[in-house]
Amino acid sequence: MKEIQNKLLQNSKATREDRFGKVICYICIGFIIALVACILYFITSRGLATFTKDHVNLWGFLTGVNWNPGAVDAHGNPEIGALPMIVTSFSVTILAALVATPFALGMAIFMSEIAGKKGTKFLQPVIELLVGIPSVVYGFIGLSVVVPLIRKTFGGTGFGILAGTIVLFVMILPTITSLSVDSLKAVPISYRQASLALGANRWQTIYKVILRTAAPGILTAIIFGMARAFGEALAVQMVIGNALLMPKGLVSPASTLTSKLTTDVGNTVMGTLPNNALWSLALILLFMSLFFNLIVRFIGKKGSIKK
Amino acid sequence: MKKRNFFSTLVMLGAVGAVLTGCGSNNASSTNGKSDASEHAAKITAVGSTALQPLVEKAAGQFQNENKKISVTVQGGGSGTGLSQVQDGAVAIGNSDVFAESKSGIDASKLEDHQVAVVGMAPVVNKDAGVDNVSMEQLKGIFTGKITNWKEVGGKDEKITVVNRAEGSGTRATFEDAVLKGAKAVKSQEQDSNGTVQKIVSSTPGAISYLAFSYLNDSVKPLSIDKVKPNDENVASNKWKIWSYEHMYTKGKAKTATADFLKYMNSKDVQDGLVKKMGYISIHDMKVQKDAKGNVTQK
Repeated sequence: MKEIQNKLLQNSKATREDRFGKVICYICIGFIIALVACILYFITSRGLATFTKDHVNLWGFLTGVNWNPGAVDAHGNPEIGALPMIVTSFSVTILAALVATPFALGMAIFMSEIAGKKGTKFLQPVIELLVGIPSVVYGFIGLSVVVPLIRKTFGGTGFGILAGTIVLFVMILPTITSLSVDSLKAVPISYRQASLALGANRWQTIYKVILRTAAPGILTAIIFGMARAFGEALAVQMVIGNALLMPKGLVSPASTLTSKLTTDVGNTVMGTLPNNALWSLALILLFMSLFFNLIVRFIGKKGSIKK
Repeated sequence: MKKRNFFSTLVMLGAVGAVLTGCGSNNASSTNGKSDASEHAAKITAVGSTALQPLVEKAAGQFQNENKKISVTVQGGGSGTGLSQVQDGAVAIGNSDVFAESKSGIDASKLEDHQVAVVGMAPVVNKDAGVDNVSMEQLKGIFTGKITNWKEVGGKDEKITVVNRAEGSGTRATFEDAVLKGAKAVKSQEQDSNGTVQKIVSSTPGAISYLAFSYLNDSVKPLSIDKVKPNDENVASNKWKIWSYEHMYTKGKAKTATADFLKYMNSKDVQDGLVKKMGYISIHDMKVQKDAKGNVTQK
């Protein structure tokens, strides 16, 4: 009797294992959440110091065109206007996404709908290889091949938004492609069967049914690509020219938020205005990545495929 | 979808965080100074200027061969990082291309300066500019944007492309002190490493920039200023004005192992060997000295 009672009242081995697994999971999750919170707090507090401690006007920061944190302008205010960098960052991001999307979509459709297993088997490693190349290598190729090519074709120095766009195009192509393939493959086979049964040919099926159904997923893919382009620092820094000027055209040297950060961060002293101003740039980057993620979430909620 | 979503958020945040915190929170663990004598095991960390880094690394290697118990770690990060870390007491030595006095946010009176080498810098141009000598006034005109074509200084009819160095970098500060003398540089491209500058100047027609002597080679053309050639002898006598010290700062007086290492940096062995081999100018060769305000006096 006693023995049975004990057995019933004590935790079984399975329960203990279950509990052990749960604790490990929660510890990991807790650690990650704490890490994210720390990073958010650190960047935000540093980034806001420019406005709270050094009393820089937020509006002036976002719309000013002169960046020279070490010096003051005619009114005695420090010159930190981030607009040229913000504009350049957005230009390269949007242009790269515009150029990359048709290619990525074409490849994704080919891989999921047209090429059989063999074609996919060949293309998959090609795309994965593109992901695996370190960004400094992209930058180096950009500097040695793309920049001279642009210089020969358009004149000028060759550095600028165009060179940045071309390098980023190659870098975000695999991201957009592989995510698009996933979303195209997620379209239920019954949709294809129904479309074909109604007499639609393959092109009509792809265009009218599959692409429409997968549209939210494809949009998500593009936004992920843009997020990567927005945050890329090293490769862009090598080809953009790093001139703190409002971009006048696609082939004039400019500077992005990330390239400014990588160039200057070692030369400033912690806690001084030039350093705080860089943190403010980082804060903008952080907000943008959060913004991109919010969009992705929003699209995901709105347009998920209901089976 | 959701899983990937979460993961990507983390990766992105992590990447931003890693880049940004890297500069701020360099390891504060490895300070020295606890050992009573240099024979005891000790750890010295030197952080800062990337221009000085290769020399200190090599010297540290030799030093450790002779003093087995002392380990010297050398890291880059930039002059600003070096100075602020040594001021905070996070590292034993802060390497810098500039005088601590010239950086805002640094209290130079608390730091002790150890000058270990001299670097000369020369303006360099693309080979087809057709110029090999300019006056100081002309050079100033080019970098402030008043002179925009090479024919104005006796070269070919070609637009001048100015490639500047990163704002706040030691190289740029030295160049601007010697050439611009307070005038504002024209807004232009900025690059943050000697290697990239060399590559860009050698491949862009009409480009001008400036490089440390050790990076001068056949791919670019160094300019003489007022007929003075950029070479070590002219720097030593201050005929060539664009030069700066490489500093190794300690907080207060250097102690024990750190003092030994700094003494070693200043020894004949290093100054006549490594320093010269790596394209710097020995501190012993200098016939003049410069203070933090830029005043030059005969030694």
